[in-house]
Amino acid sequence: MALASLVALLHDDIMNDDVAARAEPVRPTQKPIRLIDEKGVPVEGAERAGFVLPEPEMLLDLYRGMVLARRFDVQVTALTRQGRLATYPSAFGQEACEIGAVRSLGEQDWLFPTYRDSIALLTRGVPPEQILSSFRGDWHMGFDPYEHRISPQATPLATQALHAVGLATAAKLKGDDVVALTLLGDGATSEGDAHEAFNFASVWQAPVVFVVQNNGYAISVPFAKQSHARTLADRAIGYGMPGYFVDGNDVAAMHAVTSAAVQNARSGGGPTLIEGLTYRIESHTNSDDPTRYRSKDEVAHWKTLDPVARLETYLRASGALGDELRQEIADAAEELAGATRDAMNTNPVLDPLELFDHVYAAERPALREQRAFLERELAATVSTASVSSGSVSTASVSAEPGSTS
Amino acid sequence: MTILDDNALGTSAATGSALTPSPSAVASPGTPAAPAPLSIAGALNAALRDALADDPSVVVFGEDVGPLGGVFRVTDALHATFGESRVWDSPLAESGIVGTAIGMAMYGLRPVIEMQFDAFSYPAFEQITSHLAKMRNRTRGRVSLPVVIRIPYAGGIGGVEHHSDSSEAYWTHTPGLTVVTPSNPADAYSMLREAIASDDPVIFLEPKSRYWSKDAVALPVRTAPMTRAQVLREGTDVTLIAYGPTVKTALEAATLGEAEGLSVEVVDLRSLSPFDDETVGASVRKTGRAAVIHEAAQFGGYGAEVAARVTERQFFHLQAPILRIAGFDVPFPSPQLEEHHLPTAERVLAALDTWEW
Repeated sequence: MALASLVALLHDDIMNDDVAARAEPVRPTQKPIRLIDEKGVPVEGAERAGFVLPEPEMLLDLYRGMVLARRFDVQVTALTRQGRLATYPSAFGQEACEIGAVRSLGEQDWLFPTYRDSIALLTRGVPPEQILSSFRGDWHMGFDPYEHRISPQATPLATQALHAVGLATAAKLKGDDVVALTLLGDGATSEGDAHEAFNFASVWQAPVVFVVQNNGYAISVPFAKQSHARTLADRAIGYGMPGYFVDGNDVAAMHAVTSAAVQNARSGGGPTLIEGLTYRIESHTNSDDPTRYRSKDEVAHWKTLDPVARLETYLRASGALGDELRQEIADAAEELAGATRDAMNTNPVLDPLELFDHVYAAERPALREQRAFLERELAATVSTASVSSGSVSTASVSAEPGSTS
Repeated sequence: MTILDDNALGTSAATGSALTPSPSAVASPGTPAAPAPLSIAGALNAALRDALADDPSVVVFGEDVGPLGGVFRVTDALHATFGESRVWDSPLAESGIVGTAIGMAMYGLRPVIEMQFDAFSYPAFEQITSHLAKMRNRTRGRVSLPVVIRIPYAGGIGGVEHHSDSSEAYWTHTPGLTVVTPSNPADAYSMLREAIASDDPVIFLEPKSRYWSKDAVALPVRTAPMTRAQVLREGTDVTLIAYGPTVKTALEAATLGEAEGLSVEVVDLRSLSPFDDETVGASVRKTGRAAVIHEAAQFGGYGAEVAARVTERQFFHLQAPILRIAGFDVPFPSPQLEEHHLPTAERVLAALDTWEW
């Protein structure tokens, strides 16, 4: 394949001792970085790894983001149980990772999320009905990527990480001040594309931040069967980039570390790999039965490490969050839940002929013919329905089934 | 677009120099040159050079496409002319090459990437089929991905395992992709320019056994639109439908057939997806007989699609069933056995002999 160039690189490094000349990668800490502990008390000492608590205003913003996200998540899970959505992968318990990471981005930056990261989209301002379009099943996605600078939520694992590296590289080539942040799960790090994304980003020094939300399970497979590494953040060393192992239920730490990584990328420092250690409280999706692969005790334990309660305790103790503000935020969350319910309780109006509109930029005769076929079929269906005045029958077809010539 | 320095894509010492394209170094696409012998590889090189010079959003990257100029030299001298920020060597990873090209195209670049050899494209299968082909559809037309994937394909060069596959059926079966393959130098230039200008992702299959076939061509040349098939030789008795490497085989069969008193029409498909029903249909209506020739295995192959389409539309004009002259249903053979696998002109004529005339 490309053996010649590989040998050349290796040779070059050994001969010129380039390896020593490169910046020493930051070794992830043994214990996860945290700024506020599970009791809501600020952490002192080595565990902070030199990071400082975000300003009170930012902490309140993160709190508000997490409260809204959780209410949204609970509401959508309920709507899924009522059959209003085909499926919904919940992020209950992972709010600190999602909100902490997304709030580190500037307006011009891009987000490359996965299917579980709906609350990250919400936090970045995408309206609920546009986020849920995909899970309700009316179209594969419902928002404008360029309006929100968010890529479609990726379902194949780790593929979107390469898109993030490509977009960030293009921005760098054009001289634009744009950082791309991509969210991955622990299972995704087993995919080849995760490796390729880490490697390409580091070789090209792309302004990318990889945030791995290690929530303990890839559907049912526990982390111990996913990787034998001590931490996923450790992998950064091998790619020649900084890696950070963070308490993923501490939104202050997630935000501080991710913000530093975004800043580093923005100033030409290249990519960073961040692992947030967290837990998925809910099932993988509504069709999953988590009691088959994890214990009640385990779930109960992680509930005591709740990221929202932790920050609330801290904010109340510090005086930044009083009853009035707390209620105001709770009311906003209820309002969001109501708006989400209203949006999802309306049946979407879909145009079947749109099926053919977005396959190619250039017109295709074959698709034009197939569109005309469906149009005839729909017309026949409507006329049958109006004659029988009964329910719309899907059995009614065109007189020329299959005819496209 | 800013042309960055050598370190545009990394901190390690990059090879070559980042030169802003100078008027003297870049062929001016506006001025036709005198016809001169030109190979398919040379035509592709010229097309890339002109596209890079004309449009600052065009970038070329992949394995060995930089200072080496590609293992087939299709990207020869482009790195020296356009610099590290326009033409560069990527890490050795095909999924990574396609995946990053997708992100670049989302940000307004027009990447032209190379898979080096046909079967090396398989690690990128997911990025091509799940993302490159579907992004426009997923985003309701909001995101265009003008990416060209160049894939040197098919056998006949004595390549070892994984260097001679014909993967066209995988790509043509994927809605969202345009799949084209030139068979001569003029088309190679014209179709690659058109593919790069297209807002749809294009799989650009290069018949590597024909890379060194030469014609007298005056550059820049524009041939028929890449989505149109071309009748390369007129005939009245039978239509041979071929593409890429088998066009030469079909033309040889036509010459042999003529000696036997058979009037053979040869259609070069050029575009596999979309399929040009009009040109192929007109030819078959004229001759009443058709055979399709390809190197890939027959079962589930592209020839089955051609035979089915033409039968559905031209059944009452046909005097005989449509034949497929294809590779055997075996993994592509070792170099010393490939001659038995590849369709030859003699094999084409022998197949035509099975019809009752």
